Amino acid sequence: MYKYDQYDQQMVDTRVAEFRDQVKRRLAGDLTEDQFRPLRLQNGLYLQLHAYMLRVAVPYGTLNSTQMTMLGDIADKYDRGYGHFTTRQNIQYNWIKLEDTPDILADLASVEMHAIQTSGNCIRNISSDQYAGAAADELIDPRPYAELLRQWSSFHPEFLTLPRKFKIAVIASETDRAAMKLHDIGIRMVRNDAGEIGARFYVGGGMGRTPMIAPVIREFVPLDQLITYSEACLRVYNRYGRRDNKYKARIKILVHELGKEEYTRQVEEEFAHLMSQGIEPPLAELERIKQYFVDPALETGLSDDLDLTDPDFRLWVERNCQEHKQAGYIIATVSLKPVGGIPGDASADQIRLMAQLAKDYSFDELRVTHAQNIVFPHVKKADLYTLWQKLDEAGLSTANLDTVGDIIACPGLDYCSLANARSIPVAQKISERFGSAEKQAEIGELKLKISGCINACGHHHAGHIGILGVDRKGVENYQLLLGGSEGADTSLGKITGPGFDEDGIVDAVEKATQVYLSNREDGERFLDTYRRIGMDPFKEAIYG
Amino acid sequence: MVDVQFRFRDDEAVNDPAVTVDAFTEQSNASAVRIEPGDDARDLLPHLDRIALVEVNFPAWTDGRGYSSARILREAGFTGEIRAVGDVVIDMLSHLKRCGFDAFAPDKPLNPTDARNAFDRWDNVYQATADGRQPIWALRHPA
Repeated sequence: MYKYDQYDQQMVDTRVAEFRDQVKRRLAGDLTEDQFRPLRLQNGLYLQLHAYMLRVAVPYGTLNSTQMTMLGDIADKYDRGYGHFTTRQNIQYNWIKLEDTPDILADLASVEMHAIQTSGNCIRNISSDQYAGAAADELIDPRPYAELLRQWSSFHPEFLTLPRKFKIAVIASETDRAAMKLHDIGIRMVRNDAGEIGARFYVGGGMGRTPMIAPVIREFVPLDQLITYSEACLRVYNRYGRRDNKYKARIKILVHELGKEEYTRQVEEEFAHLMSQGIEPPLAELERIKQYFVDPALETGLSDDLDLTDPDFRLWVERNCQEHKQAGYIIATVSLKPVGGIPGDASADQIRLMAQLAKDYSFDELRVTHAQNIVFPHVKKADLYTLWQKLDEAGLSTANLDTVGDIIACPGLDYCSLANARSIPVAQKISERFGSAEKQAEIGELKLKISGCINACGHHHAGHIGILGVDRKGVENYQLLLGGSEGADTSLGKITGPGFDEDGIVDAVEKATQVYLSNREDGERFLDTYRRIGMDPFKEAIYG
Repeated sequence: MVDVQFRFRDDEAVNDPAVTVDAFTEQSNASAVRIEPGDDARDLLPHLDRIALVEVNFPAWTDGRGYSSARILREAGFTGEIRAVGDVVIDMLSHLKRCGFDAFAPDKPLNPTDARNAFDRWDNVYQATADGRQPIWALRHPA
């Protein structure tokens, strides 16, 4: 994985010094809270309901075990002994003291990490496919391009005060594991007819209160124009994105209001101009970055055999493991969704254990997924049973990846100052209702996502089943959505009808799964059945 | 008129009153123009040879359109003064300078020490912009 050189290290160290000054000015009263807010946000520091929350960037979701260990140590030293992995492959700490933050950033910088632009109206952490570099189905490893974009977007002087936040995802396979089309810019690395690698640009997707699927605005951007093209996309947005209404300020609204053709025309015009400005790093820089993403020392000629006689192990392998590109290896996902748990939370001890296991069994590498789980990308099949046993001892062997128990949920009203309703208790109740392995196995793949307000941090629009918490005359109320997807077949969920209270929504989810089970045809997932039979049978069962 | 607090130019400061972009395009003798966030800096490109000063106004520092305006002018070869006016705060200074601003007239004068630290903050930079600095990628791959 990528390693900082002297320049990268100097940049994060400088940022720590800058933020230390800003905190000092704030504590001395030289900055009001209003003046400080945009500054702290660009360092991932939020003021939540009870305390400051610090969001730490995990660029494209890739970590080594030293970094992961530090994340565990920070949880112990500065928080309450746990951290929360997020839907943008980051980690956040919910109980932070303002005066500690410069020291936390310094600790992070010591392991080549930071919290740069994890919030605020700027280009956020670049996300990617959590199986990058390991997946059997990818064209190339998308992370070098994500790293190139990370450097370009870090402290980009023109784009630090955009109309609104800006999220970029980069993938390189047909199967979309990063919800790429629901980003401000989604990039898919592709090969053209001439056999060259380039980038397909999707611009103007997003969730929030006006969910949109990003249209393609350029089929193929050559690798030596990637930064220039991105810059053109951003400049048009910075100049013309709406600033009169923060709910209409995302680029999706600009693309929608101008129309895809007109937005594209403006980008192409700006791009043609910028091509004369010499802002593109040389291809040699991309080659330099790529060297850090060569495969680890995978052995060849290993057996693909796995002893699956232990039924619990078998269930976990079937549910949580994916095919690796190299024979004899496998990709293993640790679910951070134990029955009745808080989605995405991990204790400091669990974080450090996963770090150690990555060191022992996965070439020192881990990934954070946008579904709030942790991946060991390169596990030798011969080691898999031992790895699983160690996870099992630590309560980390939940076998529910992509099932109804693998819920994405935002922090909701338990932590977040924007939320209208709690998300975590609903996630916990659903997780308990569907807790048995048999039930989850029977239902199979079912992606359930919960947001505590219309900002949609819990991706409810993209859930096969989505739940949206709203405030109805001072009472928490939950709307049910069906039919969303974030994959290659991205679609937006539709609201079934009137909302429910906390127990009612759990019942409604169960009824929806019953409709699926009694209607499904061979091999159909919940989503397939819904798409085939439509909303009506579900409505009937839920409201009839 | 608000005083210019920081200026990175050797020539004589321009003290002509800046007119709006609309007024400027009609008024052939003005040499100073003021860009508001909603103005298109490219409207000035046909007239750059008679402009000595462009003021770019930041009614609120969190509205970043002025950064693009300045870069567009520099990219078109404008060498006159580009002055940031309005709600100009410490934490913008280095970024403004990178986008081509070379004079700063904040509504509220800034602490000179804090400002100096801010201007000098970044020894190196990741992007090529209008300030002519060698980005990190160029240092990594000397031509």
